[in-house]
Amino acid sequence: MDNQPAPSRRGFFEYAIHGLGAIMTAALALPAAAYLLIQPKSRKKDSWTEAGDIAKIDPKAPEELVFRRTRVDGWKVTSEKATAWVIKLGDDKVVALAPQCTHLGCAYHWDDKNGNFMCPCHTSAFSKDGKVLTGPAPRPLDRYQAKVENGKIFLGDIVPGDKA
Amino acid sequence: MIRAILNWLDERTGVVGAIHHFLDEEIPGSSGWHQVFGSIAMFLFLTQIFTGIMLAFNYAPTPGEAYNSLKYIVTELTCGRLMRGLHHWGASMMIVIVVLHMLQTFLWGAYKKPREATWMLGVVLLLVTLAFGLTGYLLPWDNRAYWGTVVTTQIAASAPGGQIVQQLMGAEGGIVGAVTFARFYAVHVLLLPPVTMLLIGIHVFLVRKHGVAPAPVETLPKKKFYPEQVFKDTLAIFVVFVILFSLAIAAKVPVGRLADPTDTSYIPRPEWYFLFLFQTLKFFDGPLEVIGSVVLPTIAILALFATPFIDRGAVLRVGKRTTAIAIVLLAAITWGGLTAAAIRSTPAAPPDVSEADGPQDWQQLSAVELAGIGYYRKENCASCHDGKSSIGPDLSKHPVKRDAKWMIDHFKNPQAIAPGTSMPAIQLTTMQLNGLAAFLLKLNEKNQAALQSAPQFAVEGAIIYQQFQCGACHMINDVGQKMGPKLNGLNRRRTKEWVEQHFVDPTKLSPGSPMPPYKFTAKDMDRMVSFMMALGE
Repeated sequence: MDNQPAPSRRGFFEYAIHGLGAIMTAALALPAAAYLLIQPKSRKKDSWTEAGDIAKIDPKAPEELVFRRTRVDGWKVTSEKATAWVIKLGDDKVVALAPQCTHLGCAYHWDDKNGNFMCPCHTSAFSKDGKVLTGPAPRPLDRYQAKVENGKIFLGDIVPGDKA
Repeated sequence: MIRAILNWLDERTGVVGAIHHFLDEEIPGSSGWHQVFGSIAMFLFLTQIFTGIMLAFNYAPTPGEAYNSLKYIVTELTCGRLMRGLHHWGASMMIVIVVLHMLQTFLWGAYKKPREATWMLGVVLLLVTLAFGLTGYLLPWDNRAYWGTVVTTQIAASAPGGQIVQQLMGAEGGIVGAVTFARFYAVHVLLLPPVTMLLIGIHVFLVRKHGVAPAPVETLPKKKFYPEQVFKDTLAIFVVFVILFSLAIAAKVPVGRLADPTDTSYIPRPEWYFLFLFQTLKFFDGPLEVIGSVVLPTIAILALFATPFIDRGAVLRVGKRTTAIAIVLLAAITWGGLTAAAIRSTPAAPPDVSEADGPQDWQQLSAVELAGIGYYRKENCASCHDGKSSIGPDLSKHPVKRDAKWMIDHFKNPQAIAPGTSMPAIQLTTMQLNGLAAFLLKLNEKNQAALQSAPQFAVEGAIIYQQFQCGACHMINDVGQKMGPKLNGLNRRRTKEWVEQHFVDPTKLSPGSPMPPYKFTAKDMDRMVSFMMALGE
């Protein structure tokens, strides 16, 4: 003969088992989700990198500017080469486009003949100021935040081109 | 709907039936609260796997990188400190629960025929748990981890065949390095978890095969595992979980300094559950040491294995098992006494140097120290050491407890002094590094703002002062030589123009002065003179 608890007692046991189990699961799962999904506390804001002299930029065509910048990469700070396509709008104003196509991240280049940016991967084309002309690219080219001080170009974070 | 899915699943896999079979196991009527420890150990093991995987998502398993990534987890990531706390305290609680589980089995005599194999497998699982603790201890790669492991590998070496063990640990000649680290990491995350799962599987299988150990005389009819015993297990697990969670939140586990093989001031201590072994070791000197480090622990482990064969009598009520109770009490007293003695013998951490008063103002610094501020700025040390960045230690909060020689060696070749550090070598002359070291030795939490507010002209003036070795004849703030006049209070004695002209042609203004003329650039002259005129009394 089984020694089984009365139905009401059994119901209490089952509720308690599931309830306590749920609390513990949540207590582990929620912090884990926060741990994996929330961005790390940013260490440095407003980090501007000097990218070159504005005097050396040809105002007629976009110019590919190569510069060194430091980037926080997890627990490391890496110093790396970066490029920007810079368009001179005036003596103290530039637009600096991030060098990746907004479709799938290929490096695009300036096509002098057609006067637009061409992506070699899936033939997206962008105007001089980064707008999509043809091809599968879903949005304008991303831009670096850019400013000019004392004739030097300073570049900041990359922001979406349509919000810049 | 759910029922339909379950039915479909059960028809194809039999999983629902298997779960029911597992939960409906018949257990003795006497079963109860004293048998919850196995389930808690199982739960803690699963929690360790979970938090361990979470940590591994943001952890780089190489020396140095390990330390940096752990700091990143703890300081930069949301709930990172919690994950680390759960894993750290979970390890300690695991030991506690496994030992309680064994004590219960021992006191109730549940290891007797036919359950000898279950018991012996349990002893292996205890050793596996300790191996987890031992290998995990190294992984933060801070001083505590490093030095603790140095001692462990040395003990291993003192055992017969220890050379081979040391070789397997990747610590030949007692040197703990990258290979040791890789081995410990591999054992901790690749080898031990599957082995443990397999052993737990067999352990649980054996428990099921022989059934939960009954009392000598069962008065109550048998009952099912679910729901009453499962409820008791779950509630006990919940209590342990609340304790674990509270510890993880309240008792912060510090990340110490980066492992430093040259740090002679560090006093290594093992984790609390190994302290009794550490203390035992002290009773055996010289050639006898192996008794404390190897012979006694081996005998203890063998005795545990042999327990079911030594005690073969009939099962008695727990209250009547006086010998067993006496053995447990004796072991507890011995363990407690040894652990307490070990804690008492641990010297308190040396008082923080930041408590000591250093100079409270930049004007109290010597020229060399002031020049050091200049190099500190020039080399942009603050980008990693300002306390906001998690890359390097905040040098004001972690005052340098080293001498200048250590620091200069460290500046020149950080990797050689602190393997794995991400600090680049500083390209300065030894004289300039001297200044940097001198400044850092004076820096503490109280004076950092004041010292670092030193005006740039003074700092640059001090660099020129150091460069031209003015201190070989003059004195600033009681540092230097007395051949020339003391420079403190110069602004009271002379005008700016006078000092300027004096640099150009000293003998014109001070006939007979042995001071040579100095041809500074206009900019340097301005800095130098401004610095001279800014000196305190």
